[in-house]
Amino acid sequence: MISARKLIIGGLVVVAATALGGCGEKEQVIKYEQGKYQGKPDTQPWENAPADSLYTNSTWTKGDKSSWESALRARSQNQNEYVHIDR
Amino acid sequence: MARMKFICDAERCIECNGCVTACKNENEVPWGVNRRRVVTLNDGVPGEKSISVACMHCSDAPCMAVCPVDCFYRTSEGVVLHDKDLCIGCGYCFYACPFGAPQFPQAGAFGMRGKMDKCTFCAGGPEKDNSKEEFAKYGSNRLAQGKLPACAEMCSTKALLGGDGNVIADIFRERALKRGKGAEVWGWSTAYGKPDNPQQQAPKGAKS
Repeated sequence: MISARKLIIGGLVVVAATALGGCGEKEQVIKYEQGKYQGKPDTQPWENAPADSLYTNSTWTKGDKSSWESALRARSQNQNEYVHIDR
Repeated sequence: MARMKFICDAERCIECNGCVTACKNENEVPWGVNRRRVVTLNDGVPGEKSISVACMHCSDAPCMAVCPVDCFYRTSEGVVLHDKDLCIGCGYCFYACPFGAPQFPQAGAFGMRGKMDKCTFCAGGPEKDNSKEEFAKYGSNRLAQGKLPACAEMCSTKALLGGDGNVIADIFRERALKRGKGAEVWGWSTAYGKPDNPQQQAPKGAKS
């Protein structure tokens, strides 16, 4: 039979373990998981031929990403007045 | 290519709202939806500053993070777009966005929200490029036409720059270095030319 003393000691151990358990530094911030796009796939802009576009003077090769990027970079310079004014 | 970005030069923006008009016209944006708008600080006070604001196409977009149906995606050029067929118009993205970019058309008499609409960097959306469906849902796809956003290309003072981040950053840097200070900030001599002899005095007896 379990003596009263052992019972008290056992109870104290349980209480101490529970109380000390609250001192732990557990992560309390929710970890959000980045969702994955669930919609329809999109096409790439360079997959279009320049001839399909209205009123564009950009030229690139259909399907060639680097030529499309070069065309956009060249067009971007239209926003730079320092390249087309006489200084 | 880096990422597609906008830069607005607050020293040059004259609050003409040309960018807002260009965007409205190019994309046929409905009433009540403003994909782009001009914000002015100290309006009416000498030294007021204006800046044109739209979706900033964030690298770590909060709208993307909070969307409960995951309808956002980022293109390889860094443009943040969304699928309107999937959007439920919950408005979470509106609360998450620090720039107020997501817009909702008022679809009913009781303020019912429609599907979210925002600046697409003139890159359309997940439909066939330059198709009627794409234009109806997302507006013009100028990137697929080898063009840049209409707002930036239409800006009369070239305050708003749009395009590859590295390229427009170089344009802005060159401008900031060359324009000097004082009246030169507004490009006075760029527009009217530098005086041949700045020290020259006006002839005597001449009337001003």
